[in-house]
Amino acid sequence: MTEIFGVPIQALLGQLMLGLVNGSFYAMLSLGLAVIFGLLGVVNFAHGAMYMLGAYVAWLGLDGVDLTNVQVGSQVFNLGIQFHFNFWTALLVGPLVVGLVGVVVEKLLLKRLYKLDPLYGLLLTFGLALIVQGVFLQHYGSSGQSYDTPEALSGAVNLGFMILPKYRGFVIGASLVVCFGTWFLIERTRLGALLRAGTENPSLVQAFGVNVPLMVTLTYAGGAALAGLAGVLAAPVIQVTPLMGSNLIIVVFAVVVIGGMGSIIGSIVTGLVLGLVEGLTRVFYPEASNVVVFFIMAIVLMIRPAGLFGKEK
Amino acid sequence: MFKPLSATLKTVALACLGALGLAGAAQAQISGDVIRIGFITDMSGVYADLDGQGGVEAIKMAIADAGGTINGKKIELVTADHQNKPDVAASKAREWFDTAGVDVLIAGTNSGTNLAMAKVAAEKHKIIISVGGGTSALTNEQCAPTTIHWAYDTTALAKGTGGAVTKTGGKTWYFLQADYAFGAALEGDTAKVVEANGGKVLGVVKHPLSASDFSSFLLQAQASKAQILGLANAGGDTVNAIKAANEFGITKTMKLAGLLMFINDVHSLGLKATQGMYLTDSWYWNKTPETRAWGRRYFDVMKKMPGSLQAGDYSAVANYLAAVKATGSDDTDKVLARMKASKVNDMFAKDGWIRADGSMIHDMYLMQVKTPETSKEPWDYYNVVETIKGEAAWTTKAESKCSAWK
Amino acid sequence: MSWLGQGTQRAGKIAWIVALVLLIVAPFVGVYPIFVAQALCFAIFAIAFNLLLGYTGLLSFGHAAFFGGAAYITAWLLQEKHLTPELALAGGVLAAAAAGVVVGVIAIRRQGIYFAMVTLALSQMLYFFFLQAPFTGGENGVQGIERGKLLGLIPLDGDMALYWFVLAVFVAVFLFVLRVVHSPYGQVLKAIRENEPRAISLGYNVDRYKLLAFVLSASLAGLGGALKVLVLHLATLQDVRWEQSGEVILMTLLGGLGTFAGPVVGAFTVVFLQNYLSDRAGPWTGVIIGCIFVLCVVAFRKGFVGELLAWQQRRARKS
Repeated sequence: MTEIFGVPIQALLGQLMLGLVNGSFYAMLSLGLAVIFGLLGVVNFAHGAMYMLGAYVAWLGLDGVDLTNVQVGSQVFNLGIQFHFNFWTALLVGPLVVGLVGVVVEKLLLKRLYKLDPLYGLLLTFGLALIVQGVFLQHYGSSGQSYDTPEALSGAVNLGFMILPKYRGFVIGASLVVCFGTWFLIERTRLGALLRAGTENPSLVQAFGVNVPLMVTLTYAGGAALAGLAGVLAAPVIQVTPLMGSNLIIVVFAVVVIGGMGSIIGSIVTGLVLGLVEGLTRVFYPEASNVVVFFIMAIVLMIRPAGLFGKEK
Repeated sequence: MFKPLSATLKTVALACLGALGLAGAAQAQISGDVIRIGFITDMSGVYADLDGQGGVEAIKMAIADAGGTINGKKIELVTADHQNKPDVAASKAREWFDTAGVDVLIAGTNSGTNLAMAKVAAEKHKIIISVGGGTSALTNEQCAPTTIHWAYDTTALAKGTGGAVTKTGGKTWYFLQADYAFGAALEGDTAKVVEANGGKVLGVVKHPLSASDFSSFLLQAQASKAQILGLANAGGDTVNAIKAANEFGITKTMKLAGLLMFINDVHSLGLKATQGMYLTDSWYWNKTPETRAWGRRYFDVMKKMPGSLQAGDYSAVANYLAAVKATGSDDTDKVLARMKASKVNDMFAKDGWIRADGSMIHDMYLMQVKTPETSKEPWDYYNVVETIKGEAAWTTKAESKCSAWK
Repeated sequence: MSWLGQGTQRAGKIAWIVALVLLIVAPFVGVYPIFVAQALCFAIFAIAFNLLLGYTGLLSFGHAAFFGGAAYITAWLLQEKHLTPELALAGGVLAAAAAGVVVGVIAIRRQGIYFAMVTLALSQMLYFFFLQAPFTGGENGVQGIERGKLLGLIPLDGDMALYWFVLAVFVAVFLFVLRVVHSPYGQVLKAIRENEPRAISLGYNVDRYKLLAFVLSASLAGLGGALKVLVLHLATLQDVRWEQSGEVILMTLLGGLGTFAGPVVGAFTVVFLQNYLSDRAGPWTGVIIGCIFVLCVVAFRKGFVGELLAWQQRRARKS
C-alpha cells in the first residue's frame, strides 16, 4: 500500500472524502453569508444562530409539537394544533421558518442601518445572536438533543477506501445542488440581475418600478433560509444544541473573506476547499484543524486583498 | 447660563456613574448572624446541564433538610453564574468573601474557575468545597488546607474506567483527546493506569475543543485496530464523538469508554447510541433505596433525574451544615477540623472521609450503559459493573505533590 | 468631537476632577475596590481601543490578543522570573507593542472590513499559540500570581495599595491619550478618519500614522491586561478569545465612540453589569447583554456620552 508522509493513501482518501462533507456545510453556510454581505453590505453575525434555529425546527418536527392546549396566564386556549413532520418536510419547513425570522429581523431592525457604517449591522446581528442563543440555552439546556438520521438514508456504502454513511453522501449532493442553484439564480437569471442591480443602485432600479425594499428583505430572508437549511441538514450529523452556531460562525466568516466577500462562487469553492484542507490537517496536525482557516485567510489577504474571487471596490 | 449648566450636567452624569458603582458593589452587609453559602457555577454555557440550576436546587434541598436555621442563625444561599470565565468566578468569590459575609463557597463546573476560586478561598482563609471541577490539581499541586474536593477528579475517573476496563479484557486502547489541559490530564492519567494493568496505548489523536465533526478523528481511531476507544473529552465533544462513532459503525468494532460522562449526556444521546459504553461516576440515582428517594425528590422540582454533581452539591452542603451545627460556629478552622474528623454517611457516600490533601475519599462506580430493552423506566440507564472502593480510586501519597500531605 | 468646543473646556475639566474625586473617595464609602480596579483596567483597554476606532477610524476585531497576551507575559514574568510589578508590566506592554507592530504592518495594507478580518485572523492565530504554549496552562490559566513589591519597596498585596496604583496608572494613561489626541499627531489621525484620500493628497504618510496609532493602541490595551493580572492574580484564555474583542467594542459603543469619556463610562457599565447580573440574573446575563447591544445600535448609537454631548449641543443652538 502506498503511503504519503507516513499515512496510507487509503486513509488519506477517506479523510478527503470526509473533508468534502464538511466542506459542503461550509459552502452552504458561507453562501448565505456571502449573499447577505455581497448584496446588502451587512456582516450577518446572526448567521450561526439561524443555522441553529433551522436545526431546532427540524428537531421540533421530529419530536412533535403539541399546541392543543396552550396556557397563557390563567387562560387556556384550545388551538387544536398538533404537528409532527419528518426530515424531508423539515427540509422545506426549516428554511421557511428561518426565512420568516429573517424577514422580521430585516424589517424591524436592519432597515435602519443601511445608510450607516457596516460596523452597526455587524454589532446588531452580534447582539441578536447572543439573545437567540441565550433564550434557547434557557429553554433547552446545553446538552442538546439527538436527531435521528432519516430511514431512507441510514446505513453506509462501501467505497473501497472507506465506508461512507449514506447520509453524509447525501449531504454532499444536496449541498452542491443548493449552492449551484443559488449561484445560478443570482448570476444567471433576470431575478438575480434585478437583485444585484437593486442593491448596487437602489434609486435607479426603483425608478423602473421595481420594489427594491421588498427585494432587500427577501434577500436577507433568503440568506437566512440558506443557513436554516444547513441547520436542518446538520441535525442528523451533530447534536442539536443552542451553541452549535457560535462554534462555526467565525470559521464561516473566514471562508467568505477568503473567497471574496461579494463573490458567490468564491464562497462555494472556498468552502469546499477549506473542508478538504481541514481534512488533511486533521491527519497531520489535528490540533490545528480549527485554526488552519485563519492562517489561510491571513496569507490570502496579504496576496490577494479582495479575496480569491473578489473584486476590490 | 449655558456653561454652568453643562458643567452640572457632566457632573451629574458622572456622579450617577459613581452611584451605580456604589450601589452595585456595596451589596449585603457583613453578617455575623447568618450562615451564608455561596455557589458559583456555569449556568448558561456548555456545562450548564451537568450542575447549573440543578445544583442550586440540590443545595436548597440541603438547606431545607437542615431546618433552615442552625442554633438560631439563618442559612442563606447566594448564587452566581461564572459563564466559564475564571475572571468572573475569582472576582465574585473575592467580593463575596470581602463584602458579603460568605462563609463557604461551593464550586461548580469548569476546572479553570475552580482553581481560581480555590486560590481566593485560601487567601481569604475560607472553606471551598469543589464539587463540579474535575482537575486533580486541586488536591495535588495546588492543594490548600481550605480546599475540599468532594465528588470526583481525573485520577479517580482514570483509575475507575482505565483500571477496570483493562482488567476485564480491554487491553488495547486508542484515545480521542480534547486538546486542552483537562483532556490531557484525563488521557495521561488513564494511559498510566491502562499500562500499569498490562494494557497498551496504541495511539492518541488530539482534537480542538468544540470541534463539531469527529468523523476524521474516529476513522484514525478505527485504523489503529484498538479494542477500546477512550474519549478524553467532555460535554458537547463527547456527545458528538459518540454520535459519529455510531454513524460510522465504529461501535461495532471498538468499545467506547467515556472518561468523563454524566447521566445528562446519556439522556441527550439516548440509549441506542450509548448502549454498552463504560464510564465511571461517583453516584447514580437508581442504586439504592436512599438514592432513589432523593432522586425522586429532585425530579419533582427539576423534572429530570439528578446527576452525580447535583447529588454532590447536596451532600457537601449537608455535611458542612452538620459540622457547623456540631461545633456551634462558622469559624473556618473549627468547621474544617470537624469535617476532616467526621465520616460522610449520606445518600451520596458511605463511610466517606476527608483526607489531608482535601480529597473526600469515597467509592467510585464503574458503570455500563444499559441496552434500550433492559431499561425499565426513563433515566434507568446504568448497570453498576464494579465498585472501586475507598482509597483505591484516588491519588496515592507517593504520587501526590501536595505540600499539606507529607 | 466637542471637547475642543469653546464653552466645554472648563466644564469638561470640572467634570473630570469630580470623577477623580469620586474614584479616590469610593473605597472609603463602601465601594469594593477590587471591582473598581477591575473596571479601570477595562477602561484602559477601552480607551486604547477607542484611540484606534473612534479617533483613527480603524476597527480591529482582534484587540483581545494584545490585552490577554500582555497579561500572560506579565503573569509569566511575575511568577517565573520574579520581577517586580512595574518591570513585569513594562514587559507585558513591550510584548503587546511588538505584537502590535507585526499585526499592524500586515493589517494596515487593507481597509474597512478587510482590515477587521485580518486582525481577527491574526488574533485567532495568537489565541491558538497561547492555547498550545505550556507556560499559559491552557484553559486553567496561570493562577495564584503574587503581586509583589512595587519598585522592590512598596508591597501591593493589600487591596488598597493596589487600588491607588491602578488608579495612578489609569490617570497617567488617560492624560497621555488626552495629550496624544489633542496634539498635531492626533489631528492628523482625525483627518485620516474623516477623509483618508485628502490626507494622502496633503502629503501625509498615512500608513505610518495608522501604524503608530495601531501600535500605541495595542500597547495600551496590553497595559490594561497586564494590570488586570495584578488585580485578580490570574491570567486566563478568556482574555485572548475573540469574544473579548467583541466586549471591548460593546464598551466603546455603549459609552460613545470617538468621545473621551465614552470608553471609560462604557467599561464601567459593562463590568458593573456583568458583575451585577451574574448573581441576580444568572443565566440570563448573555441575553441581557445581547439586548443592550441591539438597543445601542438601533436607538442609542452615540452611546451615553455621545448622546449627552449631542443634547448639550442642541441646547447650545437654542440659546
